[in-house]
Amino acid sequence: MISIKDLSVKYQSNLGETLALDKINIDIASGDIYTFIGPSGCGKSTLLYVLSGILTEYGGTVTINGRAVDPRTQRIGLILQNYGLLPWKNVYQNTMLGLRIKHDRTDLDDYSRYILNELGIADLLQRYPRELSGGQQQRVAIARAFIMKPDLLLMDEPFSALDAITREEMQALFLDIWQRHSVTTIFITHSVDEALYLGRKIVVLSDAPGRIMEVVDNPCFQLDNLRFRDEYYAMSVRLRNILNKG
Amino acid sequence: MIPVQTKKWQGALYSALVVLLTWWLVAWLAGLPIIPSPVAVFHNIIDIFRPRMEIHVWYSLLRISAGIVISLLIGVPLGFLMGYFDRVDRLFSPLVYFTYPVPKLALLPVVMLIFGLGESSKLIMIVLIVIFQIIISARDAVKGIPQEIYRSLQSLGASRFQMLKEIIIPASASEVLTSTRLALGTAISILFFTETFGTEYGMGYFIMDSWMRVNYLDMYAGIVVLSFMGFCLFTVIDLIENRLSSWR
Repeated sequence: MISIKDLSVKYQSNLGETLALDKINIDIASGDIYTFIGPSGCGKSTLLYVLSGILTEYGGTVTINGRAVDPRTQRIGLILQNYGLLPWKNVYQNTMLGLRIKHDRTDLDDYSRYILNELGIADLLQRYPRELSGGQQQRVAIARAFIMKPDLLLMDEPFSALDAITREEMQALFLDIWQRHSVTTIFITHSVDEALYLGRKIVVLSDAPGRIMEVVDNPCFQLDNLRFRDEYYAMSVRLRNILNKG
Repeated sequence: MIPVQTKKWQGALYSALVVLLTWWLVAWLAGLPIIPSPVAVFHNIIDIFRPRMEIHVWYSLLRISAGIVISLLIGVPLGFLMGYFDRVDRLFSPLVYFTYPVPKLALLPVVMLIFGLGESSKLIMIVLIVIFQIIISARDAVKGIPQEIYRSLQSLGASRFQMLKEIIIPASASEVLTSTRLALGTAISILFFTETFGTEYGMGYFIMDSWMRVNYLDMYAGIVVLSFMGFCLFTVIDLIENRLSSWR
């Protein structure tokens, strides 16, 4: 379980202190997937940096399965909008990077092969990132995260740089793999559609400084042909209304 | 890859031909003993290389290679530290900027006074020439790595050493080599200069000695071999760089 209590983050800038996140309180059950949605600059990425151990100066407490966030002992998969691949490593080396850093064995075992096949990148192992399309690069980043069997998966607008068709493909592919492994996931997005498609619960954040305005149960989650249903339309109207109020 | 390499070799061959033709033309027009024809010079190289010249080539090659290796060993870690830690940068950057433009050749008498006429002062001169470019390019390469690149490794709990190995070294290798290559030309001319003092070995000595003895054929042979040595060093660095930056 991820437990966030009274999380506040302040940034030092030339203009003095800026509050990025203000008293965030939320518990996320293990194996669940939450989407966080909010306007630009509301501190969504800051929240992920706290959870991934990149940002260590904050107020309040954040625990993963009862222990404070520490990327050295916990396995945290971080998937970023710009994919976060190392350009000097080929696909194979990039997907194995998580295991390498964790000092696990880095040969292709059945599980990594399975993930690479699922994501359709098993034939691209010798390629370098610059030789891949955006969608393929994001597949590599997802493979890297799943292959190390993370305790927590953090996704920061991972599909927003992709074109609309690739984006929907990737969303479906991701959801498919996620369902089979049920990793605790926090998915940050600025798209109402994405929040509805991928979140069992949807957390709506306010304009800066980021506060939780509402945590919405998402009845649309895992419905077939979601985007053609009335529930989808009703929920997106509801979400947009909450967002507009903030 | 193969067509590009072949093109490069064709280019090298072409420029060698142009230089040789011009040289031959000038020699033929001037008709002076101070400008011998390239044919005679190459003939002379074949005659004297094994008995008289080889040892000088080795000395020069060793000095310049040692100078480059020492500069890399000191310059790269220092540049990395300056690029990664702002405090180290603030401490050393003014020092580097202040000493970089000092004409190093002017320091030769001082270096020779302190370190003597032997090998160490020659090495120090080469290091003084090469190291600044290496420090600055290593620093700038590290500073140029976007923060996001570090993020995914940080979230994996990577240690500083792992950051160095997985990110900093591969990201900066090709910039460092480029600056080494740039500095190499200057380093060879400095090498030549330092070898005209206090030594009886090295291409600098060989060329100046031939000149003193008014043996122009030997002198030109020395110049040609020294240029070829430089060409080989450039090529070696090129090959290493191609290998390291195949991902670009």
